[in-house]
Amino acid sequence: MTTLGVTRTTLLKDLRMEWRSKDAINSMLFFALLVVVIFSFAFNPTAEESRRIAGGLIWVAFLFAAVVALNQTWARELRNQVLDAYRVSPAPPNALFLAKAIGNFFFVVVLEALMAPLFVVFYDLRSVGPVWQLIVVALLGTWALVVNGTFFAALSIRTRSREIMLPLILFPISIPALLAMVDATTSILTGEASPDFWIKMLAVYDVVFTAVCLLLFESVLNAE
Amino acid sequence: MKFFGRFAAIRGISGSFAPGRLYVVLGDNGAGKSTLLRMVAGLMEPSQGTFTLLGTNNHREVAHRVGYMGHAPLLYDELSGMENLRYFAGLYGLNDDDVCRKAMQMVGLDPDLSRRIGQYSQGMRQRLSLARAVLHDPELILLDEPFSNVDMHSAREMAAVLGRIRDKGKTIFVVTHQAALMEGVADEFVHMAAGQVVAREEVVRKAAIPNAEWTPR
Repeated sequence: MTTLGVTRTTLLKDLRMEWRSKDAINSMLFFALLVVVIFSFAFNPTAEESRRIAGGLIWVAFLFAAVVALNQTWARELRNQVLDAYRVSPAPPNALFLAKAIGNFFFVVVLEALMAPLFVVFYDLRSVGPVWQLIVVALLGTWALVVNGTFFAALSIRTRSREIMLPLILFPISIPALLAMVDATTSILTGEASPDFWIKMLAVYDVVFTAVCLLLFESVLNAE
Repeated sequence: MKFFGRFAAIRGISGSFAPGRLYVVLGDNGAGKSTLLRMVAGLMEPSQGTFTLLGTNNHREVAHRVGYMGHAPLLYDELSGMENLRYFAGLYGLNDDDVCRKAMQMVGLDPDLSRRIGQYSQGMRQRLSLARAVLHDPELILLDEPFSNVDMHSAREMAAVLGRIRDKGKTIFVVTHQAALMEGVADEFVHMAAGQVVAREEVVRKAAIPNAEWTPR
């Protein structure tokens, strides 16, 4: 009954349930696809313009799409009050949080992998800087979004209008991370500046917010 | 004491309950039965006062010794019965499929049933919920309305299962409106009204519950 063991068990259970229902991945994909297509028609940018705006566009699309999935993170635990079964068990609360965050991270990374070729096609994107740096930014940025998103989704599960509450709390707190993601991505795509500072900032943001979320999750889980 | 806003759901319950007995908690809607059970299960903190559970005030220390069945099934609709039990067994550090199979058989369900429980009848879900609550062989079992939506035959079988579990030395609290079902197996009826225990009625049982398997119709 270690944290790692329960995290693994809960993560596998969530992946199995998502594989069967495909609720989160379908809604995220549909939403992100809409953003890519509509923005492409609305702006019709040249390759040079694309490189300048793509950082913001990509991350705004992923942020909105992630919120769709994050809102569903705890929905399954609330149905039939299954969360109570976890709360009465001796399983560590943080294991539940980690499993949910890792699950969401996995879903959003899958979404990004599926959407990346579409961004390239629709916006005629070519990266001037090294592509591996884009992968680092994507992984760190995605974790920044999902770790806070999972936590604040848990915080808002007992509120009446939780679908509105989540973006309302999540977006302001994600601004530093979003800024770092957009600037790092733009720096890599245009090759005009080094993204190192922004990547370091993302890494620090991830460490700090992961620690804070882990520290506070038990109180959130057991709040009446 | 337990308050919801200015409403006192539980007011000054004090008393002790001996182990190895089956208590049936009765009372009208709003009497505080479910709130009391949720407090004992560790799902709610008392607004005032303390209670000692299995010798400690720290619920997490004894969580593995307590089984709780809520008013809702506390199960995932998207998983089969065995998948549900396997997951919850994992939360208690049990990774033995045999434990899950035996728990399902004990409540008269087929462990090989691959149907997701979203397609189960209400009665089957209640029985699986009971299996989940007793999966880890807890000393104290808390059951909130275990017979709701269960047909009479299955409810009697569930009551007999509870009697057999009690005969193994477990302490059981059953909140129910169907007192008649528990007459042959209960040790004590606890009557609640307006958040208080108003009467405790000892029952003299004639014999132990026969150690039979679930008998499907």
